[in-house]
Amino acid sequence: MRPFSWRFFRLWQRNRDVFFRLWHSEGAGAIIEPVLVLLAFGMGMGAFISNTAELGGQRYIEFLAPGIIVAYAMFAASFECTYGSYFRMEHHYTFDAILATPLNVEDITAGEIFWGATRAFMTGCVILVIAAIFQLVSSPWALLIPLVAGMAGLMFASIALFVTSIVPAIYTFNFFFTLFVTPMFLLSGVFFPLSGFPEIIQKLSWIAPLTPVARLARGLFQGEFEISMLLALGIIVVWTVVFFSITLVTMRRRLTK
Amino acid sequence: MAIIKTINLTKKFKDLTAVDNISLEIEDGECYGLLGPNGAGKTTLIRMLTAVSPVTSGDIWVMGKDLKKHPREVKAMLGVVPQTDNLDEDLTVIQNLRTFARYFAIPKEIARQRSMEILHAIRLEEKKDSAIDELSGGMKRRLLIGRGLVNDPKIIILDEPSIGLDPQARYVVWQKLRELKSEGVTQLLCTQNMEEAARLCDRVAIINQGKIIDIDTPRGFVARYMPTQVWEIDLVSGEREKVINELESRQLEYEEFSGIIHVFPKDNQLTEGLPGLARPATLEDVFFKLTGRTLAE
Repeated sequence: MRPFSWRFFRLWQRNRDVFFRLWHSEGAGAIIEPVLVLLAFGMGMGAFISNTAELGGQRYIEFLAPGIIVAYAMFAASFECTYGSYFRMEHHYTFDAILATPLNVEDITAGEIFWGATRAFMTGCVILVIAAIFQLVSSPWALLIPLVAGMAGLMFASIALFVTSIVPAIYTFNFFFTLFVTPMFLLSGVFFPLSGFPEIIQKLSWIAPLTPVARLARGLFQGEFEISMLLALGIIVVWTVVFFSITLVTMRRRLTK
Repeated sequence: MAIIKTINLTKKFKDLTAVDNISLEIEDGECYGLLGPNGAGKTTLIRMLTAVSPVTSGDIWVMGKDLKKHPREVKAMLGVVPQTDNLDEDLTVIQNLRTFARYFAIPKEIARQRSMEILHAIRLEEKKDSAIDELSGGMKRRLLIGRGLVNDPKIIILDEPSIGLDPQARYVVWQKLRELKSEGVTQLLCTQNMEEAARLCDRVAIINQGKIIDIDTPRGFVARYMPTQVWEIDLVSGEREKVINELESRQLEYEEFSGIIHVFPKDNQLTEGLPGLARPATLEDVFFKLTGRTLAE
């Protein structure tokens, strides 16, 4: 494994420029969906949920909000570093062009991952603001949620770019999303507390990297702290370090032959 | 001193040796041509010279720096014009140049100025804010060349710079390359176009199957391998036997290929009375002689 340098920032800048040039076609859609899901489920389904003791006494929509923020942070980073990176790599040959400059493969890899994390961070900021407008935010600790979204972004971008570095074709991403991303969206404690599941499933669900993220975000959102949040933080860091490192190697393998 | 030097450079893929022990020296300010058929190893050689592809064995020195040890420094000194269009389609024409300048850590103000100068030089000022997919093939190629000049390189490496262009666009590209040469920019030009090599290159290396077969000036090649004139006979049905018999009886050296016979008469040999036409010998004749006429792939 070779290290990356500060030059990764050049690729990050490139992606940022493209995003803000085309944000109305890409960015707007990425925000509308989570807000719709939050309001539709939160208000529509929330009206039928009376067992709020399991939710810590809060309304369902307040329970749901932090989960939606981090879940869509996951989507933002995952889409950016699968389809987005793949198009740049295989269809537009953007990375080939950049490799002829002082940037190396590791700079490109890090630039893509940090950009994916940035997308997640921005998603987190926007949904949090919208949640605040709907008066769902009560604790000042919630201000840290975009940071959690950014960290989750770093982790999911690393995982996504790892997948991108090994897929034979763009269709392979279907497996990644249907077998990994969507199950996490549904089963990592975003929509309902994991306490409804048998104990063994509850423990197993911590293998899915969205579970610790949702745990951490929910704690901050409510301003309540538990020891399991430190564990959650630790799990996120480990996933990130492992996949970031592996991806530095697999991207070099893919891009230099 | 050689500005680019390769020593026993070799690149192996699984069971294929794409570049086989190539040693070459490119002098400061010259236009050096790499001429070879498809699969000869030209692009692989370029990919190694630009630090994109790791070498299997051997060394590369660029402006006195060891590429293996200082890939970033070497890449910072090179301009690269690839064969495949890899302009950044998400950015406009001017953004392509300025974003590229940023990869080279060129300060913003200098990058802005330099980008405008380049657009002027490649005659794309009016397309400054156009999207890439609004450009014609010739414009894209000019922009690719312009992009390769963003870091004001001492050396520019071009892979088939005029492939797929119409004659007008090709002349514009050649003109630009001649200007660069007069400014003292060293050029490594990969091409399959004999006319391009003959017009632009000071020296040409003919490579085939990963090996350098010979190196000379375009004129030197023709003088060494060819008579002044080549006699070309387009075979019409029924005449073949007769023509061959005549050539054999005059003991002329000839080659038959795709219904055309090329005759290479020695100085004292007569071609009078033969059907066909005489034409000056070209680099293409040499190329075929050295790399063979059969398809390698």
